[in-house]
Amino acid sequence: MNAITITNLSKKYGGFTAVDNLNLTIEQGELFALLGINGAGKTTTIKMLSCLIKPTSGNAVLLGDSVREHPQAVKEKINISPQETAVAANLSVIENLELTAGIYGQDIKTAKEMTEEMVSQFGLDGVRNKKAKQLSGGMQRRLSIAMALISNPQVLFLDEPTLGLDVLARRELWASIQALKGKVTIVLTTHYLEEVEALSDRIGIMANGKLAAVGTVAELTEQTGTNKLEDAFVVLSGGAV
Amino acid sequence: MRIILFAKRNIKEILRDPINLFFGLGFPLILLVLLSVINASIPPEANNPMFSIENLAPGLAMFGTAFMALFTGMLVSKDRTSSFLMRLFASPMTSFDFILGYTLPMLVMSLAQAAITLLASCIAGLELTGNLLLAILVTMLTSLLFVGFGLLFGSLLNDKAVGGICGALLTNVAGWLSGVFIPIDLIGGAFKKAAEILPFYHSVQAIKATLDGNFVEILPHLIIVLGYTIVIFILAIIVFHRRMSGDKA
Repeated sequence: MNAITITNLSKKYGGFTAVDNLNLTIEQGELFALLGINGAGKTTTIKMLSCLIKPTSGNAVLLGDSVREHPQAVKEKINISPQETAVAANLSVIENLELTAGIYGQDIKTAKEMTEEMVSQFGLDGVRNKKAKQLSGGMQRRLSIAMALISNPQVLFLDEPTLGLDVLARRELWASIQALKGKVTIVLTTHYLEEVEALSDRIGIMANGKLAAVGTVAELTEQTGTNKLEDAFVVLSGGAV
Repeated sequence: MRIILFAKRNIKEILRDPINLFFGLGFPLILLVLLSVINASIPPEANNPMFSIENLAPGLAMFGTAFMALFTGMLVSKDRTSSFLMRLFASPMTSFDFILGYTLPMLVMSLAQAAITLLASCIAGLELTGNLLLAILVTMLTSLLFVGFGLLFGSLLNDKAVGGICGALLTNVAGWLSGVFIPIDLIGGAFKKAAEILPFYHSVQAIKATLDGNFVEILPHLIIVLGYTIVIFILAIIVFHRRMSGDKA
C-alpha cells in the first residue's frame, strides 16, 4: 500500500520553479532517499509533503489525506527532523522530548513513557538533564531525530540528518535509522551517497526541480551504464563522469 | 493543552537566560533607586515633582514592560532561525496555539514585573492601597502592546535586528516619549504632541490614574493604548500566519 502518492506536484517562487511537476509513489515502510545537488528541489519537496509550504499546483496524498485539503490530518501522522537540529536550546533533553510528545496530544503518563523509550533508543541517558544547547552536534542530532519519532509518526521526513557529524556519530545514527526500517515510512535527503547505499530501499534523483530518475542502486547504475551510485548520480544530475 | 505546554516552554526559555532576568526584573528596580536618589537631591524650592515616587512608579512600571518586546521578539526570531518553529509548524499546532503560547508567558512576566516594581515603590514611599492591585492589572494590559511589537518584529527579522529595534530603539522611544525620564508637560509643543499621539505616554497615564484612584481618567488613556495594541497584534498575526504557511512575509 502506498504511504505517499505525489501527483504533478509543483512549487514556483515568482518566475523560479523550485519543484516541477513531480510524480512519485512511496510504499508504507519504505526508506526512500531523495538525492540532488544543492537547489535541486529536495527540501522544497519535503516542505510541501510536510505541509510547511503550499504547492503551487498538483497534490500529494499521505496515508489517504491530501496536503492541500487536509493538512491538519496529515500533520497528525507525520513528523520531521529539519536540516538544522531544531531543538529548544534552554530546555533539557527530557523537557524537549516531553514537550514534543505533549504537542502531538500524548497525555503526561504516555509522554513520560515515550520519553524514556526515546532516551534509551538513542543513547541519551547520560545527557538526559543537560540543556540542549550544551550537547555536542552529534547528540543534538540524536535528540532531533528522537523528537521526530516520539510522536510515533507513520511517515518521517529526515532532511540531511547526518549533516556535520563525524564518522562515528554518523554510523550510530545509521544504526538508529536502520532500526526503523519497515516500521515507519522514511523520506531521507542527504548528500552522502554511502549513506544512501547503506540505508535506502529506493532512490529518487532530483535535478533542476524535476525527478530525473527513480530506482534501486542497481537499477540506477544499470540505467546510466555506470558501476557505482556516485557515477550514476553525476550522470543523472547533468554532470560528466 | 498545547497552548499551556508551549507557554511553559517559552517561559522556561526566557527565565533560564540570566540577562533576561536582569532586564526583566532587576533593571526597573535599579532605575527606581537611581531616580529616587536624584529626586532626593532636588531641592524642595525647585518645586519639581517629576521624579517623585507618585510619578516615577507608574513610569517605571510601564518602562519595565517595554522589555517584553525584546523577550518576545528574540524568542520568536531565534525559534524561527534555528528551525525549531519549522518543526512545530509541521506539528498539529495551530496559529492560535502559537500566538497565545508566546503571549501568555509575557503576561505572567509583566504581572510579576509590575508587582515587584510597584511594591518596591511602596518601600520608596508610594502609598500602599488597593489601587495598587488594579494598577498591576492595568500595567499587564498595557504590556500587550510590547508583546505585539515583539511578535511582529520577531516574525520579520533575525535576532540581531530584533535586539536593535526592540532592545535599543523601542525601549528608548518608549522611555523618552512616555515622560518617564523627561517632563513632557513642561516641554510641551511638538514633543508633547508626538508623545500624545503615540501610546507610551497614555500607558503611563492609565497606570498613574489607577494608582491615584482617578478611575474616570483610566479608560480614555487605555483606549488609545489598546487601539495601537489591536493594530500591532493584527499585523503580527498576519505576518506570523504567512510565515507559518511558508509564504514570504
